[in-house]
Amino acid sequence: MVLRTLPGVSAIADTVAHPGARRPDRSRRVDSSGVAIAVHEWGDETAPPLLLAHGGFDFAGTFDVFAPRLADGGWRVVSWDQRGHGDSDHAALYGWDADVRDAVAVIESTTASALPVMGHSKGGGLMLQLAEVVPWRLTHLVNLDGLPSRRRAPDVADHERSRLLAGELAGWLDHRRAAHAAARRPGTLDELAERRGRMNPRLTVEWLRYLVTIGARHDPDGWRWKIDPSLRFGGFGPVRPDWSLARLPGIAVPFLGVLGTVDEPMGWGTRRGDVEPHLPPGARLIEMADTGHFVHVERPIEIADLVLEFLL
Amino acid sequence: MTTDVVILRHNRVELALHRLRTGAGRTLLLLHGLGEAAPAAVPDRFAAWPGPIAALDFTGHGRSTVPAGGGYTAEMLMGDADVALGHLGEVTVHGRGLGAYVALLLAGARPTAVLGAILDDGPGLAGGGPTPASAVLVRVPADTPRPPDPFALAELARDVRPPDYATGFVRQVTHLGELDPCISVCARSRPEWLAAVAEEVGVVVEPLDAALTRYAAA
Repeated sequence: MVLRTLPGVSAIADTVAHPGARRPDRSRRVDSSGVAIAVHEWGDETAPPLLLAHGGFDFAGTFDVFAPRLADGGWRVVSWDQRGHGDSDHAALYGWDADVRDAVAVIESTTASALPVMGHSKGGGLMLQLAEVVPWRLTHLVNLDGLPSRRRAPDVADHERSRLLAGELAGWLDHRRAAHAAARRPGTLDELAERRGRMNPRLTVEWLRYLVTIGARHDPDGWRWKIDPSLRFGGFGPVRPDWSLARLPGIAVPFLGVLGTVDEPMGWGTRRGDVEPHLPPGARLIEMADTGHFVHVERPIEIADLVLEFLL
Repeated sequence: MTTDVVILRHNRVELALHRLRTGAGRTLLLLHGLGEAAPAAVPDRFAAWPGPIAALDFTGHGRSTVPAGGGYTAEMLMGDADVALGHLGEVTVHGRGLGAYVALLLAGARPTAVLGAILDDGPGLAGGGPTPASAVLVRVPADTPRPPDPFALAELARDVRPPDYATGFVRQVTHLGELDPCISVCARSRPEWLAAVAEEVGVVVEPLDAALTRYAAA
């Protein structure tokens, strides 16, 4: 059953209800140098805005439980589907600078004033860079398990390392050669939930099924994740995880960091000891016991209350 | 002189591959520098190459697509060059500036299909240095003339190139390729990544003529 459509955004597919989940109150599109970005908002339009950035391979709908708690706390919560994700355009190119540029376009479409920003995982890293490029736009910075740290790679011999990297490089290039014809594999709602569960092993089947109905589209031959099929998980490149941490000491606004403590495939395994030497003055860092990478999904009420209290 | 242009597809981008000289034998693939484009004809300095010569316009340059919204990385340009490699088969590759760095990446990623990489001076050779500089927000007015894509100029001039990342690609070639030496440094400039590459086993510093002779005979 089609429940509703939102102007400017593709049709909302059949929706599975989930306790506490609430779809955005408003959705719109923002142009970022020719790339259309889908923006979603929860809460009173006249309330003070709060920016929320999702992680890699996620989409704004993954905040459907967390964001309404913040909205009910008196905030206009503004999130967006990053380029290639959710209902935003699939771009020809993807890069960290481009994602930050898209974030600035979303901010500029929302308010002319400074606002609190928050990001989970990759979104947390993006907000760290945002704090460096437009520091006058931030009042607070919240990072949800988005602090990559230096982790030692397994000690392997040079030739073995070459073979591992060769496989990665060739695999990526082969994928790029075929990307123009790539399509996400269709499946039933349960199959897509099961596939995502391999990367999100701590999240409930009920939540994963709900996410399918937001982050996937229902084609005649089955459900397909909306994410650009040219995007590929993992990979290689010159970027070092600890470069992100190097931005931390220079943060001038109040900073709250939250770390999960249970390792899982999409997390960085960062611990308090990795982060503490880099914290800016007055920063708060909280480790959540028995919690994985998706801290705001596993503990939406606790994290939302923490953030609301931090923003007082 | 009119050259034959083949249009290749790299995901959502159409790439222009200029066939500057056709014929039998291994192709010499030319990769231009940042902001440049494929030459209109075979430059005199490559006249001695005995086989075909082709030149690629990278994404956002020359006659290739200028996509919306930027997002450039050297790795994505390696993907451009690899699409050309897929079309041409085995090649020797020559890169100027940014193209030299991409040539190194391609040689490391396809060590048995690239027989010799020649790294030469040109725009964009240094990139953004070995570690990130202060982040900046790049904005481009919509009516800025293109090509080249201003986002490419800004983002690829800041592309971080750690020396140990670059030498990792040299080791891919030396461990998995068939030639020794397999990489020639003709550039006289020495940004940190290239200084490290020039010191690696399997890399020789030599003039362009010598490099062309070496790989033509391989």
